[in-house]
Amino acid sequence: MEKIIMEHGSGGRATGELIQRIFENAFSNDVLSQMEDAAVIPGGETIAMTTDSFVVTPLEFPGGDIGRLCVCGTVNDLLMRGAVPKYMTCGFILEEGADVALLKRIVASMAETAQEAGVIVVAGDTKVIEGNGGIYINTTGVGIVPKGIDIKAANAKPGDRILVSGNVGDHHATILSCRMEIENSITSDNAPLGEMVSALIENKIDVHVLRDVTRGGLATVLKELAQSSKQQFEIEQDAIPVNPMVRDFCGLLGLDPLYMGNEGKMVAIVAKEDADRALEIIRSCKYGENAVCIGEVAAEDAQKKTAGNVILKTHIGGRRNLDILQGEGLPRIC
Amino acid sequence: MELREITEYLSQYSGPKIRLMEVCGSHTAAISKYGIRQILSDQIELISGPGCPVCVTPTDYIDRLITLAKEENTCVVTFGDLLRVPGSRQSLSEAKGEGAKAKMVYSPMNVLKLAKEDPNTTFVFAAVGFETTAPIYTLLIEEAIKEGLHNIKLLTALKTMPMAISYLMEHGADIHGFIAPGHVCAITGSDYFEKIAKKYQIPFAVSGFQDEELLVAIYGLVKMVENHKVGVENYYPSVVEPQGNLIALEKLEHYFMPYDAAWRGMGQIPDSGFILRPEFRCFDAGSTGLNEDHKKNKACRCGDILMGKAKPKDCPLFHTACNPAHPQGACMVSYEGSCFTAIQELSN
Repeated sequence: MEKIIMEHGSGGRATGELIQRIFENAFSNDVLSQMEDAAVIPGGETIAMTTDSFVVTPLEFPGGDIGRLCVCGTVNDLLMRGAVPKYMTCGFILEEGADVALLKRIVASMAETAQEAGVIVVAGDTKVIEGNGGIYINTTGVGIVPKGIDIKAANAKPGDRILVSGNVGDHHATILSCRMEIENSITSDNAPLGEMVSALIENKIDVHVLRDVTRGGLATVLKELAQSSKQQFEIEQDAIPVNPMVRDFCGLLGLDPLYMGNEGKMVAIVAKEDADRALEIIRSCKYGENAVCIGEVAAEDAQKKTAGNVILKTHIGGRRNLDILQGEGLPRIC
Repeated sequence: MELREITEYLSQYSGPKIRLMEVCGSHTAAISKYGIRQILSDQIELISGPGCPVCVTPTDYIDRLITLAKEENTCVVTFGDLLRVPGSRQSLSEAKGEGAKAKMVYSPMNVLKLAKEDPNTTFVFAAVGFETTAPIYTLLIEEAIKEGLHNIKLLTALKTMPMAISYLMEHGADIHGFIAPGHVCAITGSDYFEKIAKKYQIPFAVSGFQDEELLVAIYGLVKMVENHKVGVENYYPSVVEPQGNLIALEKLEHYFMPYDAAWRGMGQIPDSGFILRPEFRCFDAGSTGLNEDHKKNKACRCGDILMGKAKPKDCPLFHTACNPAHPQGACMVSYEGSCFTAIQELSN
C-alpha cells in the first residue's frame, strides 16, 4: 500500500506528482489550474472570510470524512453571516506514513462536497511532517455578502423565535462511537447548509441571527448568542430534537446531547411573525426536515436583570440555567 | 399513581422538613439537569453527598499521579475529568504542560492497545471510582495477564459506599433518607444497603437516572420517611436486582480486597474501598498511603459540602475565586460535583 514519505513534502518532483495526481484532478477549475502563487478572483463589495483547521480522528467515520467535514465547516461559517460561499483554500499537513489511497478518498469527498456547496478550491498547499500517518487540513473560505444583509450574533430581539434545523448531537455521538469502538447506526450530520440559508434569504424571511451548532453543542451556542444579543432566551426541553439512538447513547455514557457538537445544524433566530414560514422553508430543504422551533427570546420587561441567560424549561416543569460547555464533553466514570 | 399526582404531592408537601441525600454523582448531575429541586416543596431538601468519585479523591492521590506522569518511561492514562482536578500544587493537565505524560481514554480497555504498541513505557491507569467502575478494572488486569503485558499498572482510589454512609451517620449527618445509587446497585444488588438501613433505622430508595425515575424514587422515599419505614425500596427494577451482578461481584472478590480508603473531608474510613489483593499487587503503582488532603485554597469547603454539612453557597470561594473555569476544589471540576451543578442552578 502506497504511503506518504518525507520526499512528498520536498517541494521537488515527488511533491509535484502528488499535487497533480491527488489534488489537481479533484479540484480542477480555471483558477486553480493556472498554478499561480496566488489566485486572482472576482469579488464583491463586501466579502466574508473565515478560516478553520480540521484535526478529527478517525479520518473517515459513518456519514462523512475529514474532507467533507472541512468543506462543510468552512462554508457553513460563511453562510452564518448571510454570505454566499464562493472560494476556499486548503492546506494539507500530512504525516509521514499517511495512506495515499485514503488521501485520495478524502480529496474526492472534499471535491464532491465543494461542488454540492457551490464553492471552488482556488489555492492549496501540502506539507509533509514526521509522524504516524495523520492527515490535517486547514482551510480558508471567502464568500460574498449580498447588499442589505445584516445577520449577526448580536441581533436577537425580544419576542424572536429560536429555530434549530434538525437533531442535535449526531456528529459528536458518531465520532465518540468510533473512538470507543461502540457499534451502532448513528451517522454524522456533516452537511453544507447553503440551500436552507439562501432559501430563507430569497424568501425575505426576517433573519436576525444564524449560528451553526458545532463544538460545545446547542447549549453553548445559545448562551453565546444570548450574551452577544444581551437578551434572555427561553427554551423548551421537550422541543429539542434528538435522534432516539443518540439520546440512548448519551444516556448510557452520562453525556448531554445539548453539549454535543454537530457539523450540519444551525440555530436561526427570526422575527416572530416569520417563524412559521421560516420553519416550512427549512423543512423543505435537504438537511432540514427535522427543523423545529425550540423557544423564544424573552419579552423585554421579563428580563431586566437576566439578559444573557438561557433558561431551559424541563419536561417535568423545572428550570435550568444553561451555561457554556466547561472542560470537555466526556463520558462519565461511574 | 400518575406522574402528575406525584409531582403535585412533592411540590405541595407541607409536613416536617425532610432532608434526603443522594450519594451518586450521576444523580447529582441529573437532579440539576432536569430541574428537580425547583419542583420540590421547600420542605423537601436534596443534599449531595460523597458520590462523585473525582470529588472524594484526596490531593495525595492526584500528586502521586503527577509524580508518576513525570517519571521516565511512564505514562498516566485517565478519564478526562480527572485531568483538571487540582492536586496540592497543580493539576495533571497543568503538569502535562510541563512535560508530564498523561493520556485521556474513553475506556480502561484502551490501555491494552497502548501497552502493546509501546512495550518500553509503563502505562499507569488512574483507577478511580465506586463499585460500578471497579469490575471494569478487573477485566483490564485479566486481559493484561492473559496477554502477558507487564507494562500496565493501576493507581487505585476505589471506594465502596456502605461504610462512607455509616461514617456520615456516625458523624452527625442530619439526613432522613438516602437516594441509593442505581449504578452501584446494578453491580452490588439493592440488598447491599439493607444492613445499614436497619442499623441506622433509615430508608433507602434505589433510583434510575431519568427525570421520572428520580421523581418516583423521591416520592417513594418521602413516603417511607413519613411512614417511618426502614429498609431498601427498589425503584429501578429494570436494571437492579436484589442480589446484583454475580459475575461482576465474583471478579471483584477475586482481584480486590477491602481497604481503609481515604475520602476528601472525611479521612480514612475502615473498609470503605478496594485495593488489589497481594497476589495481584504487581499491577499496583503505589496506591497505599495516599491519605492526606492538602487544599489548594485553605478556604475551600469541599469536605463539609461532601458530608452535607455545608452547601456550595456557604463556601466563601463559591462562584468568586472558585468557578468552573478556575476550580479551587474538586467539587467544582466534575460535572457531577455539587458546586459545579449548583452553578448551573444559580439564576433560577
